[in-house]
Amino acid sequence: MQLDQLYQEIILDHYKRPHGRGLRDADDPGDQVAEAHHVNPTCGDEVTVRVATDGTVLHDISYDGMGCSISQASASVLHELLRGRGAGEAFEVHEAFVELMSGRGQVTPDEDVLGDGVAFAGVARYPARVKCALLPWMAFKDAAARAGVGVSPEVKA
Amino acid sequence: MTSIAIPSGMPQYDDVPRFDVARVRADFPIFDREINGHPLVYLDSANTSHKPRQVLDVLDEHYARHNANVSRSVHTLGTEATEAYEGARAKIAAFINAPSVDEVVFTKNSTEAINIVAYAFSNASLRPDADPRFRLGPGDEVVISEMEHHSNIVPWQLLCERTGATLRWFPVTDQGRLDESGLEDLVTERTKIVSLVHMSNILGTVNATSRITARVREVGALLLLDCSQSVPHLPIDVVDLDADYIVFTGHKMCGPTGIGVLWGRGELLAAMPPVFGGGSMIETVTMAGSTFAAPPARFEAGTPPIAEAVALGAAVDYLTGIGMQAIQWHEKELTAYALDALGSVPDLRIFGPTVPVGRGGTISFALGDVHPHDVGQVLDSLGVQVRVGHHCAKPVCSRFGVPAMTRASFYLYTTTEEIDALVAGLEQVRKVFD
Repeated sequence: MQLDQLYQEIILDHYKRPHGRGLRDADDPGDQVAEAHHVNPTCGDEVTVRVATDGTVLHDISYDGMGCSISQASASVLHELLRGRGAGEAFEVHEAFVELMSGRGQVTPDEDVLGDGVAFAGVARYPARVKCALLPWMAFKDAAARAGVGVSPEVKA
Repeated sequence: MTSIAIPSGMPQYDDVPRFDVARVRADFPIFDREINGHPLVYLDSANTSHKPRQVLDVLDEHYARHNANVSRSVHTLGTEATEAYEGARAKIAAFINAPSVDEVVFTKNSTEAINIVAYAFSNASLRPDADPRFRLGPGDEVVISEMEHHSNIVPWQLLCERTGATLRWFPVTDQGRLDESGLEDLVTERTKIVSLVHMSNILGTVNATSRITARVREVGALLLLDCSQSVPHLPIDVVDLDADYIVFTGHKMCGPTGIGVLWGRGELLAAMPPVFGGGSMIETVTMAGSTFAAPPARFEAGTPPIAEAVALGAAVDYLTGIGMQAIQWHEKELTAYALDALGSVPDLRIFGPTVPVGRGGTISFALGDVHPHDVGQVLDSLGVQVRVGHHCAKPVCSRFGVPAMTRASFYLYTTTEEIDALVAGLEQVRKVFD
């Protein structure tokens, strides 16, 4: 296995210089704000994802956590990809990312949908690390549901 | 380096028994493997050990030639299987110097062994006529430590929840030693059982237990030692240890998975109520009620892991053939070498004792702020197998303020070249994540 398939530059960049890190209050006092805290019990990685939404648009996705480069870079990419998007659109991206990670390396990602998320294609070949990449996305799904926005179909992490 | 002469008449360096590591490695088929194009460098023996051909052959031979159920058949195969199973018990009893073969209870693993003791307490607590040593209620205390594997924490938390007893624990010092300074306040007349790890699976610390044992005897409590990490690596003598129970697991000592041991003083096992009910553990059964077999059968309900027990007997033969003192010394030298070598890696922080005294060959560390998952992944790409994560000892990670650690652990087949490969791998990690 080629290590650089796993640790793509994009992933290391997001890890070393995370985008939008830190939990934030909503700018708009009318927004619903909810968060979810997920842990990976096998390794102790943790992430909290907070969603601020008016029910239609995800105004902000903020997060905090500690863990490996894959889980933390994934949170940064999540923020980058979904912040400011309409809820329906965001869940399409969510679904595409989950599909990519569940694909054991057989899924070709669509860069138009997944942006920097395509860098995680290599992670899907490492079953032990798929959960790391999915951790913030699963927390996002729970946080969004708690904030009252729709949920994509059930996925098994 | 200066060398210091040991005065004549004292034990000399060359008196220590040794063995040929290359010959030992030849017994382990797995060392023929390559990992990601590199020779296998297995530094995860605290997690599970590899198995020599001698053990694999016995496992295979048992199923191929002697397979039958134990303790219930008059036929030839049943007799052979029973003799092999009970013969393994005798080997294990001798290995830990148990005064009686009947003090060795076969379990699935250490976790099950600890749970059997905890649930025996639980069951006794429900019966007014049970031995008062096992009866727990509000006001009684159970003492563990912050250094425990989750398997020696959670069963006691659950027991205390069920009985209303209070769980207390020894803290850990900054050096990764058990903090015994509060011993008199911690272990008191209220204490019913003290359950401690003998060798930490994460810090490598080997706990000196004599002060604690003395205090446990003084207050009339019981002492369980979790020897999962010590029985495979050091000569263990239960009489010398003066514990009431020890537990250990076969797969960490060249044996198969699915077989472990609860050793208990005979008189205590005899006074304990059963935990699992079923076949083999009874004396007689009527529809109105049952009476129970004497230990060890009382605690071995159902068909046991027969082949696994027999193969564990073979593992004990294998280890005894090499010599536990020689194994202990080999690992001591490796540990000294590794502590030195890891000390040369920039930004590396060792958790636990940094001298090869009162510790075994299990070393956990942090490399700068690179997450252990990432350390382990880069090392794996070079064939180096280490464990990363919380090592089922989250309180230890919290104690040292980290979510996870990277751990290298050694055994009789580990070489200094493998430690060099680890150190070289850590350089590679630094390059990826600098």
